[in-house]
This record gives sequence, structure tokens and C-alpha cells, in this order.
Amino acid sequence: MGDYSPPPSHTPILSTPIPTMEIPFTVAARPDTGVYNAKLGVWLFLASEVMLFGGLFSAYVFLRIGAPEWPGMIDGEMVTRAHNILNVPLATLNTMVLIASSVTMVMAWASLKLNNFGKYKLYMGLTILAAFGFLIIKAIEYGSKFSHHLYPSESTFLAIYFTLTGLHALHVIGGIVVNSYFWGPGSKMWKTNPAQFTNRIEIAGLYWHFVDLVWIFLFPTIYLL
Amino acid sequence: MANGAKESTAHEAAHLHEETSSSLEHHDDHHGHHAEQGFWRKYIFSTDHKVIGLQYGLTALFFLFFGFCLVMLMRWQLAYPGEALPIIGNLFGDERMPGGVMLPEFYNQLGAMHGTIMVFLGIVPLAVGAFGNYIVPLQIGAPDMAFPKLNMASYHCYFWGGVIMLASFFVPAGAAKAGWTSYAPLSVIESMGQTMWLIGMIFLITSSLLGAVNFLTTIIQLRAPGMSFFRMPFFVWAQFVTSFLLLLAFPPLEAAGVLQLMDRLLDTSFFMPSGLVVSGEVLDVSGGGSPILWQHLFWFLAHPEVYVLILPAMGIVAEILANNTRKPLWGYRLLVYATLFLGFMSFVVWAHHMFITGMGTSISAFFQLTTMIISIPSVIILSAFFITLWGGSIRFTTPMLFALGFLPMFGIGGLTGLPLGLAPTDIPLHDTYYVIGHFHYVVAPGTIMALFAGIYYWYPKATGRKLNDMLGKVHFWGTLIFMNGIFFPMFIQGMAGVSRRLYDGGAIYDFAEPVIHYNQFMSISAWLLALAQIPFIINFFLSIKKGKETPDNAWDATTLEWSAAPSPPIAHGNFATIPHVYRGPYEYSVPGAEVDFTPQDEPEAAESTSPVTAETEV
Amino acid sequence: MSDTATAEDIRKHVRVYMIVFGSLAVLTVVTVAVAYLDLPIWPALILALLIATVKGGLVAGYFMHLVSEKKVIYWILGVTAAFLFFMFLLFISAHSDQEGFALVA
Repeated sequence: MGDYSPPPSHTPILSTPIPTMEIPFTVAARPDTGVYNAKLGVWLFLASEVMLFGGLFSAYVFLRIGAPEWPGMIDGEMVTRAHNILNVPLATLNTMVLIASSVTMVMAWASLKLNNFGKYKLYMGLTILAAFGFLIIKAIEYGSKFSHHLYPSESTFLAIYFTLTGLHALHVIGGIVVNSYFWGPGSKMWKTNPAQFTNRIEIAGLYWHFVDLVWIFLFPTIYLL
Repeated sequence: MANGAKESTAHEAAHLHEETSSSLEHHDDHHGHHAEQGFWRKYIFSTDHKVIGLQYGLTALFFLFFGFCLVMLMRWQLAYPGEALPIIGNLFGDERMPGGVMLPEFYNQLGAMHGTIMVFLGIVPLAVGAFGNYIVPLQIGAPDMAFPKLNMASYHCYFWGGVIMLASFFVPAGAAKAGWTSYAPLSVIESMGQTMWLIGMIFLITSSLLGAVNFLTTIIQLRAPGMSFFRMPFFVWAQFVTSFLLLLAFPPLEAAGVLQLMDRLLDTSFFMPSGLVVSGEVLDVSGGGSPILWQHLFWFLAHPEVYVLILPAMGIVAEILANNTRKPLWGYRLLVYATLFLGFMSFVVWAHHMFITGMGTSISAFFQLTTMIISIPSVIILSAFFITLWGGSIRFTTPMLFALGFLPMFGIGGLTGLPLGLAPTDIPLHDTYYVIGHFHYVVAPGTIMALFAGIYYWYPKATGRKLNDMLGKVHFWGTLIFMNGIFFPMFIQGMAGVSRRLYDGGAIYDFAEPVIHYNQFMSISAWLLALAQIPFIINFFLSIKKGKETPDNAWDATTLEWSAAPSPPIAHGNFATIPHVYRGPYEYSVPGAEVDFTPQDEPEAAESTSPVTAETEV
Repeated sequence: MSDTATAEDIRKHVRVYMIVFGSLAVLTVVTVAVAYLDLPIWPALILALLIATVKGGLVAGYFMHLVSEKKVIYWILGVTAAFLFFMFLLFISAHSDQEGFALVA
């Protein structure tokens, strides 16, 4: 690997002029790194997200090992297991919903690679619906807590539970916004620059899978242990 | 690709504000007309890295000035505790300075905000946002940053975060008062200003994270043909490692900020211990939290943060030393490896800020060990810089004066850190003025002087004109002398046991009596330091139109920003053609060459006879 | 991704996605079932993290295509993982190594 010839800064696809920036490697991969810019960018972003959730998880660990009992006193009662106060069946269902949405997300991208825009719309639509489903189930969970006056201020267990799941839910909302944009107005790019559009869906997918990944760790640590 | 629409090379004043354009508005016609840009698109919502760099730079310089003003106020109170500040003191109203006498609450606001503003709104945006944004794409031969719109978003996050921080002065009970470190539980029970501090920090952290993603992608992906990693200027390496630190160290603080916000707004107890008594009453919270947890999460960021403060400065100094000794930087590879090692180690030393929290001896030993180890790469870097001077044909240009001044000042700053890194010596020195002296030496006559050096060095790049030399020399000597006047006595006071964050500077304690007189000396030095900045401020603005015009390569430098781009660079794409790189970044005084510098992109049989041979991709 | 994957390659990938989906579903059930065994904390923790790691590995490896990613991405993630590990390790060690204090938060 050494010198290389820079590719033309805009790569015509299907003979259509593309209104891209002159920034190289927005669509085509850079030969020596093997990635296009946005892919590197999103992985860097996900690395920072790992540290964000990691910071919260380490706060959870720190508080838990310092606590005499866990979950401890809640609403005047000593709670000894998390599943006595949290709704495990509902959370299990939510886990399945999120995993399913990850599958539909990657299928959406695969459909684009197979040039099937209709299937893409279907799968992306399912992904967004599943994400809404996740939020609805979460809202039911939270609602039931609040109706029993179980707020974050009640105990450190509840505080970290609400914070971790709440920040995760915010990320789900972010994903819904991004995915909806790409399902709707953003999908126009398929006509003008299908390669770049497919890449964007790949990037959105990476973010979405990460959201799933966080939940995969969050669920057992908060609800089950 | 060829960039047809060259900016006129006339050095107009308007060049400070680059004409820019959104590339999205171009279709096939990339190089013909640029779409006519309104004021807002051109100057406020620009996506051109050079405009954004200047935005960061001007905003940051304002904040540095503002933060300096805050401490000049504080220094009155320290020099003359309880005395009314004439004229100016009456401007602050009765909640802050009744009758011109500073209230302790206001002193605490000034202290907390001085630190916050200088670090997060001043130095980092200037060192990384301004210098990094402007110079890195140019030095690697890229037309812009990888994500120009993200770049614009980063600046605006920073700007609005700054607005929130400034606005916090005007809410009931004023701005944050719990130090720039915002330790719980005090920060949790403090007034509204603390909430605004937290929200402001979230904006600033987001800005840095987005910026870091941009910098790293740009450096990895957009290097010009022939620009392998080991042909990059050291400045780019420094920014590279800095961005990794920002990317990975900031998120835990963002998490902690969210947790502290919840403690304040939702009455959670992440950081609130059980049974805390405030004003005679037990606080009505669930308890079970840990103030130490805040410290861990805060310092996990804040230690790498100090390397964020110093690395870009070292990068700037490296460029200027090579250029003004007319010889290659000594130990380039060693510098790169030392910097990488430094970046890595910076993540595992943080608890040396927490030696007095009651930590056990094993964990304390661990952090002492890592802290001692991390001093090694710093010493290597500084030594390489000193050795670079040996045998050089030194040109005492204004940037070089500042760069030379940086060297011993950073030396003092670094050496005085050693006792703080060892627990037995840290315990008596913790939270004394010794600490303030230590970190200010590294940041003020250290980093800030390096940043000044960078401004003098790259001003001709952005404007096509040099800053005035005479004013520059006055600025340099005044800055050097008075900075030492402020910070050196702090070591003496600290070793005598004078605590920091005391509203009267220690006057109330008998043991401080022998060293208390230094307060007046330091305050006068501070005010004289302010006077010494006036030539700089005048110079900065006057030279836009009146500065001596320079050729594109104003300093006969070897790096791409000088050799391959006009001054100022072309508004859309930087270069007339993307440069090809044939050699390393510091080919000065190559034996047998006609001139004493061989630019990186100069073609011909590029068999460099220097020890730094052509490197292939790392 | 400038990949030249053919339609056939993508269809192979789709099969893999379905297998992974099935595995994830099964492992989720296992996760919950194991919890109801009420094991003591240390075995429970290790088992739960192990299962989560396998699940996470499947998502990362196959849905996020990490099994066939480039070195530069591996480097970034490797460095991140190292710092994450140190953060956890040192937070826990710092907390546990307090001597002479009651270990109340």
C-alpha cells in the first residue's frame, strides 16, 4: 500500500451527474483503509456511545457494590430481587421486539443491495413500527411504576433503572427520527444516487443495531441480576 | 480535481472571511460559478472548514478575554480583601458587589466560571476547533473536512453552549459556584446557575464529540496521495491523538452530567449520600449515592482533558521550531510514538486527583505508578524539542519567540506536577495554591503562549499579511514576564499551606501571614498582563488591512498549507489541484539542495537524503 | 462500502441473518430461564454476561458486518474496548480497596 491514484471526486453512477461534494470517498471506499467516510464516522460515533453507556453502566456497578442490599428499600419494603419490582415478561417481550427490528433493519439494507426498493420500504416500515412498539411497551412499564409512586427519586435502584432505560429510549426515538426520514423524504436519493443512499441505510442500520446491542446488555443486568 | 474558480490573490481585508459555498448547490459545475451566498450562509452557517475555524477562533478569543476579565476581578479581592473596587466595582449591583465590595458568593461564581470558560470555551475551541479546523485539512492536502455540515453543527453547539454559560450569570443567585469541577454534594444543592452549567456542558461536550468524529475521519480518509501517516506533520498527529481523547473520554462526563442533572431536578441520589445534613436539616432524598462516583466520572474525562489542552500546543510548537531552525524536527518518530503512548496512558491516571478521598493503598499505588510513567513521554517530547534547537539556524521571528518561551515554561509546569502525582507529597499540596501554580504554568505560559505562537505563524495564511513584529515582541515579553509574576509565587504560597478557592486569599489564617503579601504582587502582575495584551489586540485587527503583505509561503515552510495553497486558500477546495506528497514534512536544509527547504509536494526525483525516508502506508 | 457483492452473496447473507435471528430468540429465552434458577450472584453474573456477550457478538458480527470489516474499524473498537475495560476495572478496584471505612456508598 502506498501511493494510489485518487478516484474522480464525483463518481457518476448510471450516467447521472451526482450533486455530491468534492470530498473524496463519500461513496467509494478509500483503497488503503477499505471504508467510505460515513462508515468510519459512524463507527467512531458508536465508539463514543459505547463510552457513554459504559459510563452509566460503571456508575451502576459502583453504586451497586456500595449498596448493602440491592435493589434495597423501595417504598418502605425491602426488595431483594430486581424481578420483584420490575416487569420481566414485558421487558422480555421488548427484547424480542427490538431484536426483530434489527432483523428487519438489516433486511431493509439487503433489499436495497438487491435493488428492490419496494421491499426496502416494507422492511424499513416494519423497523419503525417495531421501534414504536418498543416505546409503547416502555411507556406501559413506566406508567405502571409512576402509578405506584415509584419515581427515580425513590431509590438509587430506580434512579439508575430509569436513567439507563430512559437514555436508551431517547436513542430509540433518535433512531425512529432518522429511519423515518430515510423511509420518507430522504428516500428520494434512491433515484439520484442509489449507491450513496444504500450506504446511508447501512449507516443508519449500524446505529440501530447498536441501540439493540445496548439493550441486550441492559436487560439482564438491570432486570435479571 | 482542478478547482477552477481561484480566489483572487489580492490580499483584501475581506479575506478574513472566506467566501464559501455549499457544494450541494453544485451539480456538474463544480468549478465555475459558486452560487451567490447570502451573509448568513457565508459567515454564520458556513460549511467551509476555514470559515468555521475562524468562527471558532474569534469566539474562543473572546471567551479567553472574558475569562481573563473574571480573574482580574477576583485578583482585586485577593489583593485587597474586603475593599471596594473603585468605579468598576459599582457596576455589579448589590447582589454581587454591594458598595463595590465583592461578596463571597460572587467570588465563587467568578472562580468556577473562570475555570470553566477558560478550559471549555477558550482553550479547547481555540486549540482544536480553530487551529485544528483551519490547518489540518490544509496540512494533509484535503479540500475540506470529511463532514462539513457536521462541522458547522459542532460550532453552533459550542456557540449556544457558551451563550448558556454566559446567561447563567444573570439568573437568581448567579452562575455556578461549585468550582469548574462541580463536586457533589455541593453542586447538587447549589442554585439554578449550576443547572445551567450542566446544560451548557452537555452542549459543549456534544460539540467536541461531533468535532472529534470529523477530525478522525478526515485524518484517516482524506490524506492526499503520498501523504502516509508518517509523512504527516506532527501538528496533525497531535490533533489526531487529541481527537481520540475527546471522543472516548468525554462521554462518561456527559453521562455524569445527566446524572447530576437528575440529582438536581428529579431529586435522585446518584451522588447524594444518605443522611446528609444541609442547614441543620437532613436532606429529604433517598440517599445511597456516592460523591466519589462523581469524582471518578469527572476526572475520567478531566485528566485526558489536560492532554487535550497541551497536545495541540505541542503540535504548534513543533511546526514553528522546525521552520525557524531550518532543520528537521529531531526524533519525529519518537515524538509520534511518545504522543500515542501519552494518549493511551492518559486514560489510566485520573485518580491522582483523588488521593485524599480515602482510597486504599493498592489503588493509590497503581495510580501513582501510571502517573509517573506518563511523565516519560512528556519528557521525551520536550527533550526532542530542545534537541531540535541544537545546530539550528534560528530565526527569532515572533512565532519563534513564543515557541521558545513555551519550552522552559512547560518544563516548569511539568516538573511541578511530579510532587502532585505522588500521594505522600500530594496530600499536603492538594487543594493549595501549589496546584493552581502547577496547572497554570502548563496552560498559561505553556499552552496559551503556544497558541499565540500559532496565531502569529498562521495569520499570514488566513490573511496574506503578517502581524506587526514590534508589537509582537512587546506582546511576547510582557506576556512572558507577567505570567511568571502571577504564577510563580503560587508555588510558595501553596507550600506554605494556603488553600485555593478562598475568598480572601488566605488572609484569615495565621500560617499564611508570611506569604500573604504575594497576593498584591500577583494581582498587579495580572493587571499588567492585561495591558500587555493590548498591543496584540490592536495588532490583530489593524493588520487585517495594514499588515505587511506576504507571499503565499510566508515563512518558507515545507508543509502543504504553505507550499500548496495560496494565502488565503481557495474558498472551495483549498488547492488549485490536489497536491501529491513526495517526502516527509520537515525537509529543511537538505544537503545539496539549492534552497534551505524542500516542500512536501515539490516534484522531481524525490530521493531525500535526510534520515527520514519515504514511508509507505502505515 | 464499495463492495462488489453479487445478488447471490446477499442472499447468502440473508440466510445468515435468519439463523442469527433464531439464535438470538433462543438465547433470550435462555437468559430469562437462567435468571429464574436464582443462582448466587457471581455465577449468575458471569453466566448472564456470557450469554449477553454471545448475543451481542452475533448482532455486532453479522448484523453490523463486523466479521468482515476492515482493520481500521477493528483498531478503533479495540482501543475503545480497552478503555472501557480499564474504566470498569479501576472504578471497581477503587471502591473495593478502601481500607478502614465502612463500605457504605
